[in-house]
Amino acid sequence: MVEHFDVVCPFCGCLCDDLEITVEGGEITGVKNACAISRSKFMNHGQNRLGLAVDGKEASLEGAIEEAAAVLAGAKRPLVYGLSSTDCGAIGRAVELAEVLGGVVDNTSSVCHGPTILALQQVGESKTTLGEVKNRADLVVFWGSNPTEAHMRHLIRYSAMPKGMYVPEGRKGRHIVAVDVRETRMARAADEFIKVDQGGDFELLLALRAAVRGVKLKAESVSGVPAESIAGLAGRMKAAKVGIVFFGLGLTQSEGRHMNIDAAVGLVEELNHHTKFLLSPMRGHFNVAGANSVTTWQTGYPYAVDFARGYPRYNPGEYTSVDLLAKGEADAAIIIASDPAATFPAEAVRHLAKIPVVTLDQKLTPTTMLSRVTIPIATAGVEAEGTAYRMDGVPLRLKKVLEPEEGLLPDEEVLEAIIGRVKTIKGEVE
Amino acid sequence: MMDGLIVKGGYVYDPLNGVKGDKMDVFLSGGKVVEEIRGRDAKTIDASGKVVMPGGVDLHSHIAGSKINIGRLLRPEDHRKDVVPKTKYTRSGVGYSCPSTFVTGYRYAQMGYTSVMEAAMPPLGARHVHEELNDIPILDKAGFPLFGNNHFTLKYVKEGDMEGLKAFIAWLLRATRGYAVKIVNPGGVENWKWGRNVGGLDDLVYNYEVSPRQIVTSLARANEELGLPHTIHLHCNNLGVPGNYETTIETMDAVKGIRPAEGRSTNVHVVHAQFNALDGENWMNVRSGASKLAKYVNANENVTLDMGQAIFTDTTTMTGDGPWQFRLHNMTGNKWVNSDVEMEAGAGVVPYTFKKDNPANAIQWAIGLELALIVYDPWRVYMTTDHPNGGPMIYYPKVISWLMSRKARTDAMLEMNNSVMRRTTLANIYREYDFSELATVTRAATAKVLGLDHKGHLGTGADADVSVYDLDPTTWRPSMYDELEKAFARAAYTIKGGEVVVKDGEVVATPLGATHWVKPEVPEALEAELMKDLEAEFRDHYTIQLSNYPVEDAYLPTGRMMTAEGRWR
Repeated sequence: MVEHFDVVCPFCGCLCDDLEITVEGGEITGVKNACAISRSKFMNHGQNRLGLAVDGKEASLEGAIEEAAAVLAGAKRPLVYGLSSTDCGAIGRAVELAEVLGGVVDNTSSVCHGPTILALQQVGESKTTLGEVKNRADLVVFWGSNPTEAHMRHLIRYSAMPKGMYVPEGRKGRHIVAVDVRETRMARAADEFIKVDQGGDFELLLALRAAVRGVKLKAESVSGVPAESIAGLAGRMKAAKVGIVFFGLGLTQSEGRHMNIDAAVGLVEELNHHTKFLLSPMRGHFNVAGANSVTTWQTGYPYAVDFARGYPRYNPGEYTSVDLLAKGEADAAIIIASDPAATFPAEAVRHLAKIPVVTLDQKLTPTTMLSRVTIPIATAGVEAEGTAYRMDGVPLRLKKVLEPEEGLLPDEEVLEAIIGRVKTIKGEVE
Repeated sequence: MMDGLIVKGGYVYDPLNGVKGDKMDVFLSGGKVVEEIRGRDAKTIDASGKVVMPGGVDLHSHIAGSKINIGRLLRPEDHRKDVVPKTKYTRSGVGYSCPSTFVTGYRYAQMGYTSVMEAAMPPLGARHVHEELNDIPILDKAGFPLFGNNHFTLKYVKEGDMEGLKAFIAWLLRATRGYAVKIVNPGGVENWKWGRNVGGLDDLVYNYEVSPRQIVTSLARANEELGLPHTIHLHCNNLGVPGNYETTIETMDAVKGIRPAEGRSTNVHVVHAQFNALDGENWMNVRSGASKLAKYVNANENVTLDMGQAIFTDTTTMTGDGPWQFRLHNMTGNKWVNSDVEMEAGAGVVPYTFKKDNPANAIQWAIGLELALIVYDPWRVYMTTDHPNGGPMIYYPKVISWLMSRKARTDAMLEMNNSVMRRTTLANIYREYDFSELATVTRAATAKVLGLDHKGHLGTGADADVSVYDLDPTTWRPSMYDELEKAFARAAYTIKGGEVVVKDGEVVATPLGATHWVKPEVPEALEAELMKDLEAEFRDHYTIQLSNYPVEDAYLPTGRMMTAEGRWR
């Protein structure tokens, strides 16, 4: 029996790093400190594992890599997609592969917090690592996000419960507000719930900003929220010692998208003229922040990067995966650590089913089922080490708690092999 | 690459060894400078009629980590004007003020630089810094962890526990694989976590009740007693505030009496001094405080400076000085990113354009040059633009032309707001650097003050980092500043570790350079006491486990460790 301590959880953007994993006889038999989702990920690690296959037939690793390289090198507009649930080394290789192919590299932020990034590029942001929230925040607002179900230990570790340096009372020392279109479990856990009309976030944010500026609203209510509530919240925000807004897909993927975030940043900026105020996106996959980070330092851009001209170009809406697929532009794809067939709009998935697809994953998914080549990999954070970036940008070292099954390589090494083969096919190796 | 290379017949400038343009050969073998190469297998580079110098050493730049990456993320519009296609040898990327990692390595190497320091590493983000450093090819690098607003620093200073502070510095350098003690707006960034700042050396930090003066002097003393290779690397309080030259002088004066470590006569490096040498009461009547600051530096041997030269262009400012960046955002209305780091530090990023017709900008431009020209000892004032804060590093050749040619300066001044004539002394300065002085402020002196003994010179045993510029120094005159700029923009050869990495201004090889870090020795008993403290604080106040904090060996594939033997009580 081997016990691993302080293991970093490779599930969500919280990247909790205090897990204890027990391994007996090559299997995970115990998980401590983890949330239900994380526990399930570790305990069911061996189930539904993907097999090596080309055209549905069992293949060797060499054969699969050869076919993958041939498919990609032969394409005119290959797409490299996924990357949020693997380590940074693999992400760097994926960028390199796209460059060698003259294709497009994109990650899952194009369908989640892409709008957050667009807003940042427009107006900036005021962010922090989560410990500042734990140590100082006395006002915490969850807007269009529901950590009680999506980031299960967020409230316990970072944002609501913990006793911090200047919040010694823990939960009692914080006023928690939930803003959402329906009464979620988060809303019930909060001290105050503000129900906003579907699609009304942008107006409410602007009204709040105006109220913070001292403008008296003429409207009786904005987006279904009474003017008194708006004035009340604005007053509370200004009076906070340190406040923060955590926002989720309720804000980024609803009507207004990046303009909602633009308005939220504006509100927070305004508040900084009165007190300290911060905001933070609730990033989903455990290393989606790393996918943006690596892609940015290697190319200058966080996602939707096209190398067709030999240098990186960026245009969300054009080089984003959903758009490339829905327009029928991509003629081959390699999917790494992601399941677009289950998450993309039908139109995009239909096209994905028509083109040759190479998928690197640990498990069977709808995407692997429509793939020409499937390559199982050693799972980052379970069977392979690597780096992952927490939702707030804190980089942590993923641990290897289990030996991978024989022959399984981490994403990074498989990608390296594919790059090598593609270069040979393209005659770039002397 | 190890079978030897001879750089033949160039005019060699090697100030650390007293070589001033002598025509001679430089022998390289096994990654080092050697006395001689026997046998005929060595390759030869014809450097006749050219300038030969040790590889450039930049001691203050922002090239890796969360701050520059926020800059990259924030500025797609910056990238679009400077795209870099892939070549047979190089990766693609983007350039200008926030270059991608690969391009950062290429561009520095193309200018003959072989070592560059990342001047602000948030300790909690150290892994990120190292990941990016590993994606910067060619250059030798190091990261300077931030100490000036760190909880443990403030706590030990408050308790007056010097030995605890020293043990902590040693531990953090080891944990982050860092190289030097960086301080940014001491105390001000901690106060910024409540939305405030400090206004001077004797203001107090909330809850800790210590002053910036106490923080700086304690860290400086600890730094020297630890015997670290570099002095404290200090971004002073009140950056960007007219009248701040007084704070800067006060700060330098505060550390004056502290005994430098063995083998060094300085105890503080004041970074990007241009931003901290403003006289006047506000931005309307701002004037240069450079001559006053330079006068102090001339009279006090404990101080070194770098210029932080301003360039007239659109650039991206990024510092660990959160409150300053918010102030700049309010002054300009430009987009603003704030980024706080729990227990340790903060940062901000704001795009900024230095304009020729802006009186304050014209004065700032002059201040950097005044400092470099009025401080008479080139061993104590270094060329930087605080890349990219004063301007992108690709403008170094322009700065060189201003340092070496009064005509270049005059021609530039004629194009800008006449505040440069009225509120600075630059027009009255006739000094022009010679090639030895240039080599001093761009490599010899920077390597020396960093304590990188194997860099910045071409003596036997030095690292085989050499740059060759296509310019004949015997016929060059200051009026020919265009040729100078051209030659220093694209090195004829850059040699890194004995390997030719740039030829005729183009990158031809991309080896991974070393990452330097320091591991100071700590008495066991002190270390044990420190660990107890760290364990308690991490449990209560950090959001990651102590065991997951130190950067693992995996992040230093080319690590180069130095040790330091301290004085302990």
